[in-house]
Amino acid sequence: MSDVAPTPSRPTPARSLLVEDARTRRRNAAERRFRAYGVIAIAIAVAGLAFLLFTIFRDGSSAFVQTYVKIPVAIEASVVDPEGNGDPAEMQKILTMSYGRLLENALARHIARNDIQIEGLEDADLSTFFSSQARADLRRAVLADPSLVGTVVEHPVMTSSRVDGMFKGRVSRASAAIDAKTSAAQYDLAMALGARDDVRTTFNWNFIISTDSSDNRPEAAGLGVAIIGSFYMMLIVLVLAVPIGVATSIYLEEFAPQNRLTDVIEVNISNLAAVPSIVFGILGLAAFINFMGLPRSAPIVGGLVLTLMTLPTIIISTRAALKAVPPSIREAALGVGASRMQMVFHHVLPLAMPGILTGTILGLAQALGETAPLMLIGMVAFVTTYPAAPPEGFFDPASALPVQVFNWTQRADPAFFERASGAIIVLLAFLLAMNLLAIYLRRKFERRW
Amino acid sequence: MSPFWTIVAILALAALGYGLGRRRAMSLAQGNPRRLHSRPNYYGWNVALFAAVPALLLLVLWALALPLLPHGAASSRAAGILAIIIAVAGLAVAVRRTTPEFRARNAVEQMIRGLLILCSLIAIATTVGIVLSLVFESLHFFRLYPWQDFFFGTEWTPRFGGGSRLGILPLLWGTLYISFIALLVAVPVGLYAAIYMSEYATPRVRSLVKPAIEVLAGIPTIVYGLFALVTVGPLLRDWIAQPLGLGNSGSSVMTAGLVMGMMLIPFVSSLSDDIINAVPQTMRDGSLALGSTHSETIRQVVIPAALPGIVGAILLAASRAIGETMIVVMGAGAMATISGNPFEAMTTITVKIVSQLTGDNDFSSPETLVAFALGLTLFVITLGLNIFALYIVRKYREQYE
Repeated sequence: MSDVAPTPSRPTPARSLLVEDARTRRRNAAERRFRAYGVIAIAIAVAGLAFLLFTIFRDGSSAFVQTYVKIPVAIEASVVDPEGNGDPAEMQKILTMSYGRLLENALARHIARNDIQIEGLEDADLSTFFSSQARADLRRAVLADPSLVGTVVEHPVMTSSRVDGMFKGRVSRASAAIDAKTSAAQYDLAMALGARDDVRTTFNWNFIISTDSSDNRPEAAGLGVAIIGSFYMMLIVLVLAVPIGVATSIYLEEFAPQNRLTDVIEVNISNLAAVPSIVFGILGLAAFINFMGLPRSAPIVGGLVLTLMTLPTIIISTRAALKAVPPSIREAALGVGASRMQMVFHHVLPLAMPGILTGTILGLAQALGETAPLMLIGMVAFVTTYPAAPPEGFFDPASALPVQVFNWTQRADPAFFERASGAIIVLLAFLLAMNLLAIYLRRKFERRW
Repeated sequence: MSPFWTIVAILALAALGYGLGRRRAMSLAQGNPRRLHSRPNYYGWNVALFAAVPALLLLVLWALALPLLPHGAASSRAAGILAIIIAVAGLAVAVRRTTPEFRARNAVEQMIRGLLILCSLIAIATTVGIVLSLVFESLHFFRLYPWQDFFFGTEWTPRFGGGSRLGILPLLWGTLYISFIALLVAVPVGLYAAIYMSEYATPRVRSLVKPAIEVLAGIPTIVYGLFALVTVGPLLRDWIAQPLGLGNSGSSVMTAGLVMGMMLIPFVSSLSDDIINAVPQTMRDGSLALGSTHSETIRQVVIPAALPGIVGAILLAASRAIGETMIVVMGAGAMATISGNPFEAMTTITVKIVSQLTGDNDFSSPETLVAFALGLTLFVITLGLNIFALYIVRKYREQYE
């Protein structure tokens, strides 16, 4: 059937259509191969996506839990209140180092009391067992409530990143033995405490709400400032990009005459959509920071840069939404005597609203994940104070979620990689929520004309 | 008074003006809206816009001109007070103009139209801002460093003590090499995926797979960067580069290229999908009717017909690859070398822009200013590719419309 027509000079032998000849077989095989290439291509794309998500979740999910050890800690008066008069001013002078000694003593006593035998256990293994954040927390608790002096408290104490990693399976006994910051003995101690049920693993709220922390205590680093910074920037983008983008689209779609200026604007917008994001970072640095003198690392600058970046996306989707409103609506409005402005604002715009909303949310999601331009305007800075409430907070230094991820991957301690992957999970959760909202809105308000 | 409270005050004045304008119009018409030229709300809007728009424009102009004015709280306070005076004056003028014969709707619509035009000019202002900031600082750079050495230099060794060599060629080589590998991954996979989706897949498969591929497009590049740094880089190093003796570095051209290729798959596939779908069905039917198989139809009729559009899509993907930053910052390394070994760390234009502009900058040294010249080069390359690609795609679309 799919063969060439027989020519008189080369008569084809009579045969059944149900039997494939060699040529048909070859062509059918080529057909099957071609189809298989398509399936393989899709399989590669989907497998790549699955592998990417799998590794991120494998590495990052442990950032959401934190290991604590529950031992009785004696707040020895001789250490924290050497004068013995409970004077807060005197107690202020005792530095966090001394509180570290309290924790160390408590651990040593706990080992002795419960008769835990660890070979080769050194003092350093005890002093690095707990996070340096734990000493600072203990000091703060004692200064806030001096009546704790002389008592024994039984708080869960935050472990250091290495010990935390032992319980999460990130640090093995063999890797602990060759790591300068921990030892096999510390590993044995951790496991002994784990076997005694002294270990508590809880959800790590600190990771979500607390600020970034210095290089030597990854276990205390959190996303608080980054989330606030990202939120502020999204607020600025929402307030600036949406009205400007919608106004531009309305003008271009409904009012603009066909002339030079309109052409220039249209070409401009389609080119801006394809300009590399880092170029917007250069613009932000040169125009907003160097020329206008706005502060570095501030959400206001990041918000302005992201606004300019998001505008083309919002304009393109808004124009599509306006185009989708059928001409009959416009003609009906004009027919009953509405002005063009009334037609647009009373009829076309409300009908296009769901499409505009969806486009806006997707534009915001894109802006939330953008990293490169924010690095150029100084958002990689190390920020440990929360920005103030808006509007003043827009000018305070802050970080942003994706930039915080980058920042953590540049640190020396491998424990920061767990944090970076965890931060990615938070970022992806926000993006997923925004996309689901967009899909929901589209489904709910979608209209077929 | 901070700018924020000035804005709040102006908006409050506008709201007050809305009430005043509407009331005055109604009272002049003795409560009968039919005696008015426009509906009563337009008289209110007229006053509100007259109060708010000039004052807010003044504030925006003041913010833009800030660097040229004397600094200090005094100038800020002066601008705030001036803005409020203008708002009050605008309010008063507009209220006085409110008479039943006044064409309030036309006035309001004129003003709104002006605002719409103003908003659309922001796109032009952005482009102008980009070009100005790149060109000015680049000129500054070329006064300090000869342009021949920049464009034709084969060595990149910035030294913050002077005597640095800033040749763009090694960076350009790295950029093009990585983009080439990325396209080598993305084009076949994306194209075959698009062909399968538009020509073979049942609607059910399509509705499952298309969103999955689009998810890839929605993932931020920092995620791909982390993936390259933590997973792909070590994997390639331990399983391919080291056993074959090709290199010891986790960050390499191959790492960045593969991951970037993955990022570009949805870009290529969704653009090609649109283009393949735009090929008229009659051409397929004609080919099938002549007895060719499905794949012969695709290879000999659909693809040749869609080729210009597909080339345009590939060019757009190339421009994406050249401008991509995070994947190469985290996956490609920082060594500026020209080499053919894909398992060696190389660097790109975008990586060097980031490294020269983060941290403390001295905007009078060529080592910092070179970033603007790099940015200008990048901007020109990507702009050229985009304009060419859009031209091809548009021309192709017209062919079948």
